Amino acid sequence: MMADSSEHRGKCEISLAVNGRAKTVRVYPMERLLDVLRHEIGLTGTKEGCGEGECGSCSILMNGELVNSCLIPAIQAAGSNLTTIEGLAEGPQLSALQAAFLECGGAQCGICTPGMILASYHLLNKKPKPTLDDIREGLAGNLCRCTGYMQIFDAVAEAARRRNPA
Amino acid sequence: MTAEHIIGKSVPRKEGRDKVTGAAQYIDDMTLPGMLYGATVRSQIPRGVIKKISFDPQVDWSEFVIVTAKDIPGKNCIALIGDDQPCLADGKVNHPEEPILLLAHADPHLLRKAVNAISIEYEPLPAIFSIEESERCSQVIWGTDNTFKAFLIAKGDVDSVWATADYIVEGEYTTGAQEQLYIENNGVIAAFDAAQGVTVWGSLQCPYYVHKALMALCNLPEDKVRVVQMETGGAFGGKEDYPSIIAGHATLLAMKSGRPVKIIYDRLEDMTATTKRHPSRTRHRTAVSKDGKILGGEIEFTIDGGAYATLSSVVLSRGTIHAGGPYYWPNVRIRGKAVATNAPPHGAFRGFGAPQSLFAMERHMDRIAQAVALSPVEIRRRNFLKPGETTTTEQIIREEIDLGKLLDRALELSDYSAKKTRFAQANETSPIKKGMGIATFLHGAGFTGSGERYLASVVGVEGCADGTVRVLVSSTEFGQGTNTVLCQIAAEALDLPYEDVQIAQPDTNRVPNSGPTVASRTAMVVGNLVRSAAVGIKQTLIADGMLRSSYSPEEFRAACQRHIAEHGQLRSLARYDPPAGVFWDDQKYRGEAYAAFAWAVYIAEVAVDLSTYSAKVEDFVALQEVGRVLHPILAKGQIAGGVAQGIGFALYEKIVWQNGRMQNGQMTNYIMPTSADLPQIRVFFEEMGNIHGAYGAKGIGELPMDGPAPAIVNAVEDALGTRFDSIPLLPEDIFETLSEAVSADREP
Amino acid sequence: MRSNPADYKLIAPGKLDAVVSLLAEEPGQWLPIAGGTDVMVQFAAGILPARKLVSIWNLAELRAIEILPDEITIGAGCTYTALREHDVIAREFPLLASAARWTGGIANQNRGTLGGNIVNASPAADSLPALLAYEAELLLVSVRGERRVPYLGFHTGYKKMKLAPDELIRAICIRRGFSGYLHYARKVGARNAQAISKVCIAALGQLRGGMIGGEIGGEVEHIRIAVGSVAPIALRLTEVERIVRGKSIDRALVYAARKAATAAIQPINDIRSTARYRSAVTGNLVAEFLEQLGTTGSNSGDSGKTA
Repeated sequence: MMADSSEHRGKCEISLAVNGRAKTVRVYPMERLLDVLRHEIGLTGTKEGCGEGECGSCSILMNGELVNSCLIPAIQAAGSNLTTIEGLAEGPQLSALQAAFLECGGAQCGICTPGMILASYHLLNKKPKPTLDDIREGLAGNLCRCTGYMQIFDAVAEAARRRNPA
Repeated sequence: MTAEHIIGKSVPRKEGRDKVTGAAQYIDDMTLPGMLYGATVRSQIPRGVIKKISFDPQVDWSEFVIVTAKDIPGKNCIALIGDDQPCLADGKVNHPEEPILLLAHADPHLLRKAVNAISIEYEPLPAIFSIEESERCSQVIWGTDNTFKAFLIAKGDVDSVWATADYIVEGEYTTGAQEQLYIENNGVIAAFDAAQGVTVWGSLQCPYYVHKALMALCNLPEDKVRVVQMETGGAFGGKEDYPSIIAGHATLLAMKSGRPVKIIYDRLEDMTATTKRHPSRTRHRTAVSKDGKILGGEIEFTIDGGAYATLSSVVLSRGTIHAGGPYYWPNVRIRGKAVATNAPPHGAFRGFGAPQSLFAMERHMDRIAQAVALSPVEIRRRNFLKPGETTTTEQIIREEIDLGKLLDRALELSDYSAKKTRFAQANETSPIKKGMGIATFLHGAGFTGSGERYLASVVGVEGCADGTVRVLVSSTEFGQGTNTVLCQIAAEALDLPYEDVQIAQPDTNRVPNSGPTVASRTAMVVGNLVRSAAVGIKQTLIADGMLRSSYSPEEFRAACQRHIAEHGQLRSLARYDPPAGVFWDDQKYRGEAYAAFAWAVYIAEVAVDLSTYSAKVEDFVALQEVGRVLHPILAKGQIAGGVAQGIGFALYEKIVWQNGRMQNGQMTNYIMPTSADLPQIRVFFEEMGNIHGAYGAKGIGELPMDGPAPAIVNAVEDALGTRFDSIPLLPEDIFETLSEAVSADREP
Repeated sequence: MRSNPADYKLIAPGKLDAVVSLLAEEPGQWLPIAGGTDVMVQFAAGILPARKLVSIWNLAELRAIEILPDEITIGAGCTYTALREHDVIAREFPLLASAARWTGGIANQNRGTLGGNIVNASPAADSLPALLAYEAELLLVSVRGERRVPYLGFHTGYKKMKLAPDELIRAICIRRGFSGYLHYARKVGARNAQAISKVCIAALGQLRGGMIGGEIGGEVEHIRIAVGSVAPIALRLTEVERIVRGKSIDRALVYAARKAATAAIQPINDIRSTARYRSAVTGNLVAEFLEQLGTTGSNSGDSGKTA
């Protein structure tokens, strides 16, 4: 059971883009994309809450689609474009969603927040003027234990207004 | 006197930007060079003697750090209140998942395999799993009679009321265990070197609790133990005492290996092995006059503490004191009891005994209403505590609270009467039955009785070299807004911009002990100390001649910098000073239990679909009097979040037990509400001030946990006309109760 | 995380023939993994028996949805999102669209596939009652060619199916022509999203003359009722259909149908629910469907809801 050069046997090289930056990692094909992001790539903004695709804390965008990164084996992310929470702000300028979450109380303990913001971002991309029911449905795969969701709904609605003033 | 410029405003969350950008550092985001991973080998049986521990010879155990009870340098216990809970089981186990051995290795995958490669043979002993089994004492698993603690509250002359009562109303109400379900699992990193001692970083509520526990476990003096709180992803009481255990484990491994050790639980381990809300059983027997006044009664409140005492005596205390609700009891006898079972010890969860006893009280009020043929509204109105009257512990209500008016406002906000009328009519034909339910309640903020005096909290505020101000407390942020509110208070007290105030990371090397972050005490009690300490540094600068009594922020900054340049530091400490006229008798369990009560009326609208027997909350009004709303968005967020947990407590969250072990330890099978399940939770405040709280605030963190469950179950009964006295109330439970009536109705 | 990625082999040949050849070369050795929403949960829990996996995610040959005049063909690799977003499926096959909408949350719908749902063979699988109600057929592919089988009878018992060790589901075919039917679907779970179903029903009905509810006393001409989570496999309630077919819907018929439904199913007590509850709810939902068919009725498509 000693860790030695046999560790590299079975690993493969995977190239992908994360927040617009090209990355190449050498990982086991079955490694969870969540772990690749957090350990190999060093982006710890994506969180693990349950490891079973229920809580949504690990949500990211893969080729623009919301996915639970804890359920994706690394090899299936080869060649993909990933967006994580670290990719939303433009330098010091927060995205509309991030600013709205801050202003409306959408983040309390913050652990669900990266996934929740990505899910909200995905929702607003698909439905720029969501109804409350759309928001409820869009976020139903992201569990929050702190807020009771109310101020998260406020934040998403506010961000929608800002992104689409008309 | 200037108008307040920050208190009452929704300033940005102090650490909010880091949270929305993914920059916030939680314990699992942290690594140290040379770090090992740690894991725990746990009991698979509820009770027994360990006969043999076998290590699979296929594993090269020399690669692993192995720790048993024998490796503990100090006392093998988790120092808390009593010291009956071992850090590692030594020969005997008393609950499933009890820690026996610890392992560490650099590869977390090999570690997991190694845990599975250890087999333990036990000689099982008979185990007990319910309050009733514990009371029977056919097995005595703790002390002489399985009783961790008992309290008696006695007021007036209960025995005399039965004869004069027009009605005697009895009821028994039970609540199940509830998992805190913070989205971030428990985790710590521990490091040790002979010179510095132990350092622990972790997801935790109470750094000084961990500090105290490690001192005893490791036999180290206080300056050789350092505990640092990392960003914490939810706690709700589940990280009040439990972190002392996981920290102790990581520390033992770090001490033995000489390397830093990280232990992070996965969801299954966290759910099955850590604390839950105490299951409860409350029995009421009440003497009532024909005009609906409570003449007196007996309340028996019993909680299941699991296998070790841990915090049960304190949970029991709060639950017992709240058992009478916001009503005037001229005569009452309340017996509280915490008993042992062979389950993992139960612990703190928001509300801390009060949600359990208040569930019973509020269900019982509706039962009394029925017996007396009064409405749920009227029965409460006639029994509300009024200013000048005394609580069950004979605490005089000194504030001008008008619960009748609060109730009126809630009734209006919820459109209660109109809906009741509408529903009564529609229910006759609709397969979806709707109902309204009320809960009126109170929640005492701060530690009970002499608790705050005993804590003797200390808070610091210091000036920094750049002229900004820093708050020094061991009170932790875990979403409820500690950082923000305490900085607001300091900024207000110093008349500085909010941006000029920061708060130090809770690090026992750095901050004084402001007490644990529990009991809804942070804004109210610690906030008051922050205010004092802030005023203290202002006074120092003024006394120094460096600052006039009225100044601009720039002048303050300059004075602060000057002072530090000359004196090296600018710091003021404030220590808790018990308010005059607040007396509590620990022996008789009588007197001023809490410095302040917050008051609330919650009203739930529920719809029960008879095709699936599921109850759903359609609308929820949460109205509370909280002294002062320091930060509107944070306050609303606390109430909404607490109500959501209360809805879960009532209708969704069930722990499936088998022989003391939780069987549904996954998020798939332990059900908390999603965004698609909750109604709009409508939150409203009233503010009457509080002489004992910072800027008039009362604690509100736990209050919202007390009302939802009874309001909801009252509403379900209103909808169906059937009694339910136990939560969680699942569709299967509603079905079983209704099934006879339903099938009779369906025959053509 | 209770598995070591180093212990697993996962390859992604990228083309269907390569996968199919591999399955033929080493039958039963390689577990196909599509979106991973089932396999990866088992992996993380440390209970995945397979050690060699072959990725069939994103194979172009499995992702197409073909619309022909008489039937549609849905690639087995189509995600729930793809089903939800497809015009024709949403309009003509609302039972399937509902099932897609009820599965997990958006993130899981973006990865879970129809083929995966079938092969994972959970008794509670959300899509299976709809496939039974629509009398879907499966296209199975191997090196030996392709064969087309009815979905009915494909699952034979708990997690057992008539799929050869070297076969893969390539597509699901459903005949068109259900406009004018009442489509009724309901899922009963512990909460409104992210819930494994306790009872699941998908049903189709049409009264004589092609009208629904228009004429009081119209007899039932077409009826199909399928249920999930109440037996080791999804069931067509053929006995209920037999009792109801050709009759007018009245209280007595609904009562008889309810009894036949509860007699046909084999619900169990498990971690989520009880047999008695499942039985009662199944009866209630069958009754509700028949009542809707007989009285108000609707051919506006999706009358489905989740409880």
